[in-house]
Amino acid sequence: MARYIGKRLLLAALMAVLASCVIFLIANLVPGDPVLAQLGDVAASDPAIVARWRAKWGLDLPLWERYGIFLTGLLHGDLGISIATHRPVLDDIRQYAPATIELATIAFLLSLVIGIPLGIAAAVRRDGWIDSAARALSLLGVSAPTFWLAFMMLAIFYGGLGWAPGPGRIDPIAFPPEGPTGLFLIDSIWSGDWEGFQDSLAHLVLPSIVLAAATIGLITRTTRAAMLDSLQQDYVRVSRAKGLHEWAIILRHALPNALVPVVTLGGLAYANLLAGAVMTETVFAWPGLGRYTFTSAAALDFPAIVGITLVVSITFLLVNLAVDLSYALLDPRVRR
Amino acid sequence: MDGSLTTPPTTTLDPPVLEVEDLRTVFLTDAGVVRAVDGVSFRVGAGETLGIVGESGSGKSVTALSLLRLLDEQARIVGGTIRFKGQDVLAMRPAELRAWRGDQAAMVFQDPMTGLNPVLRILRQVTEHIVSHGRMPPAEARQRGVGLLRRMGVAAPERAAASYPHQFSGGMRQRVMLAIGVANDPALLIADEPTTALDVTIQAQILDLLRGLNEEFGTAIVLVSHDLGVIASVCRRVVVMYAGEAVEEAATAEVLADPRHPYAWALVNAVPRLDAPIGARLTSIEGMPPDPLHLPQGCRFEPRCPFKIARCATEHPPMLEVAPGRRARCWVTADGRSLPRPAVPATPAAPAARDAAPPLLEARDLVKHFVLPRRSLFAPAEKVHAVNGVDIALGRGESLGVVGESGCGKSTLARLLTRLHEPTAGSVLFEGRDITHASPAALRPLRPRLQMVFQDPYASLNPRMTVGEILVEPILAHGRAASRQAARERVGELLTTVGLKPGFASRYPHEFSGGQRQRVSIARALALDPAAVVADEPVSALDVNVQAQVLNLMQDLQQRLGLSYLFIAHDLAVVRAFCDRVAVMYLGRIVEEGPAAEIFAAPLHPYTVALTSAIPEPGRQRVVLGGEPPSTLRLPEGCAFRARCPVARAACAEPPPLREVAPGRRAACHFPGDFAPHPTPVRSASLADHQRR
Repeated sequence: MARYIGKRLLLAALMAVLASCVIFLIANLVPGDPVLAQLGDVAASDPAIVARWRAKWGLDLPLWERYGIFLTGLLHGDLGISIATHRPVLDDIRQYAPATIELATIAFLLSLVIGIPLGIAAAVRRDGWIDSAARALSLLGVSAPTFWLAFMMLAIFYGGLGWAPGPGRIDPIAFPPEGPTGLFLIDSIWSGDWEGFQDSLAHLVLPSIVLAAATIGLITRTTRAAMLDSLQQDYVRVSRAKGLHEWAIILRHALPNALVPVVTLGGLAYANLLAGAVMTETVFAWPGLGRYTFTSAAALDFPAIVGITLVVSITFLLVNLAVDLSYALLDPRVRR
Repeated sequence: MDGSLTTPPTTTLDPPVLEVEDLRTVFLTDAGVVRAVDGVSFRVGAGETLGIVGESGSGKSVTALSLLRLLDEQARIVGGTIRFKGQDVLAMRPAELRAWRGDQAAMVFQDPMTGLNPVLRILRQVTEHIVSHGRMPPAEARQRGVGLLRRMGVAAPERAAASYPHQFSGGMRQRVMLAIGVANDPALLIADEPTTALDVTIQAQILDLLRGLNEEFGTAIVLVSHDLGVIASVCRRVVVMYAGEAVEEAATAEVLADPRHPYAWALVNAVPRLDAPIGARLTSIEGMPPDPLHLPQGCRFEPRCPFKIARCATEHPPMLEVAPGRRARCWVTADGRSLPRPAVPATPAAPAARDAAPPLLEARDLVKHFVLPRRSLFAPAEKVHAVNGVDIALGRGESLGVVGESGCGKSTLARLLTRLHEPTAGSVLFEGRDITHASPAALRPLRPRLQMVFQDPYASLNPRMTVGEILVEPILAHGRAASRQAARERVGELLTTVGLKPGFASRYPHEFSGGQRQRVSIARALALDPAAVVADEPVSALDVNVQAQVLNLMQDLQQRLGLSYLFIAHDLAVVRAFCDRVAVMYLGRIVEEGPAAEIFAAPLHPYTVALTSAIPEPGRQRVVLGGEPPSTLRLPEGCAFRARCPVARAACAEPPPLREVAPGRRAACHFPGDFAPHPTPVRSASLADHQRR
């Protein structure tokens, strides 16, 4: 088991180095010049200004030297300075990432908490009403466009019924909770700000449901299929012959075997939730990475783009590592 | 009522452990209601053993599942009663059923590879129902669990208990399954084909365990199997099933010696036996079981019955008492008469005397190692030592059997000889030419003369091609027909040759039964007039009667066409019935080779002794070999059989060469013939005794 973990860690580190290289190369080799985007037509027509600007950002150096500088910075936790905001990219990311991480994590937990039990119930009561309901819900979640769902939710539960608060992470007149993480739920607990916690949680409900909608559908369907397969295995019949209670058979024998594909999907889904919250963040005025990414890309802000991409790929790697480790926990045949 | 009977009043006070009356189970399918079990009655008392035998589709497994009400959703028990110690099982509510299952009545299933949960530790699986039935607290149950594993002969039980299923061989897993079954000392144990997936020496070990449970703890056992030999070595009584019905019920020895139902008669006589004269034809009946959706109005066996009388076609026979304690569902034997023994087969033509002519197909010191993918960058590459130096020669017109347990390298040998694999070392000669490293182009002209028949008639025929297309393909590919028309005519001939109708050419493989498909496979091998056919387990996927048909066909073809067969099999009786000469393989080497009759009459190598004696056949003295074959990843030093050999000595640290120890007989043993076990009294009545009457 220790060997397995060590092997996975080593592999993840290797992948991270490789990813940094690929990301840097792609960002620097794509056609598109930040000069025009940043300086404007008039200044960009003056070669002296352009040259000075290029020298300032190190764009006149050869590619390998720039990569060297980038790597050295990276090792010191420095992702460079954003061309657009003139702030260290890491500071920008530190400011925007917690909002996205909080939203994506809640959406992810929601997908698991709703998707897995619903999938199990649908498999156990196959072709019953709960199976049909789960199927309809999954189809709706997967196929409804995010922006439409987001507007509908806002229109109904905020505008119409007034059950949910409006866009944003907290009430506009409230102070954000003080804390080290930037995750409002955790920070408010940390600082003992009970009202801040309730307010943050209430603001998370609609956007996380919207963000999770598609993932809930996918996890429900995958769990159902895997459970149906698992329930047909011989060891389930053996468990019945042992006289075990039906729930013991489902939860202890069938479920652990069915979870492997669900974990695979879950890992991918979490990474996607982190990287793909742009639409939801826009509609819910959520100050997260998604919106920062969008503005950086529009400004051809290469240091910021490289930084974000790197953060996202490292998140992917970490999530994959978690998935690999869960495989080993779930299935002893993997532990080698 | 059809199928029911009045059982003679029992003198004992206790009700029998299991009493089944007129059980009826149906499958609800889209095509209609399939009567899978249609009127089966039997009883099993404490300490008794009952066998249920029949071919695939006869309803025997559905019967077994019905007994514990473990059927799938689309199956329903629609009639009859099942009583456990007088309790009505069919009336039990779900909670009662759960409390009863696994506690007083347990079941062991066929496939030990899938029956254990791969993600739970062995001990947990052995003990969870001890705890859930409230028999013991968890700590005590764990102790009992380890004890059960030890009792079932699991090596190093403490370590095994903490392991996961994938770390065990099939034989060990089946021991674990048995431990699970008997964990709560059930009064009734139902075993559904518990040894079918296992090798013959491992099968003997498991059957011994079952017998032990019955004798020591008085567990009533219902053993379901397609193999009469397995049943006969464990069960005193047997129910023979055909098309969902019990057709005969009697003491096992009586059925074997004097079957009273024509289907039981066919079953008994289709099995090749080790004590039959060499080269005797097997008795087989034509036709197939009736379509379960359209059962005949009269006797269900009537269309295939060699003994039928007028009444059979119109009137469905009930189970009738044909002799004291014997019941059969047959109008012919209703008056208590026996069925005639099968016509004594004409003495087979003496096998062609092997002259000094050079062999047709020959292997010299053949070696094949498969390199496994490395587990990590730095791990040494591991090798599977599949074949480790085999010398073998197939003469013209000869049939040579290669037998051994799974993993002994026999299938790899077949693939090396037909050059589907390229050997690691050694050489292969076909018709005197060295084809060891011949290129595909160089092999092409030879391929027609060296053909192969594979084990699985379902996987080896392309489901998207008609049988005609499958057979035309090789004929055209090798330019054996002037035109498509001529090729089609040849296909018609081929189908006739293997006993199928020429009109079948337009059908697809799925429209055929397993036996018919294997005939098509044989026709495909024959399409190019081969000199040699290498057949890898050609009958092991078939029911005994179909197996007899295919073996008889292959024997006829050999005589008519002068074929040579290399016949790979794990079933020794089949090899003995079919082959002139036999080679026994163990761990990639030939340990003994010689004429079939002599090897089976007086085996020389201890492994051959164990192998032949492990065949479950009534009236045989048995040697149960301990242990399992060593891993092929690291070959043992010295004699490969040393670790399991009952007569191993210091000298066995030297690998014994395969040398001639008697005229025409070779053995790789330092002490050939030393291992001759003392005869042990056999419990089940000997078949020979019955035949002498």
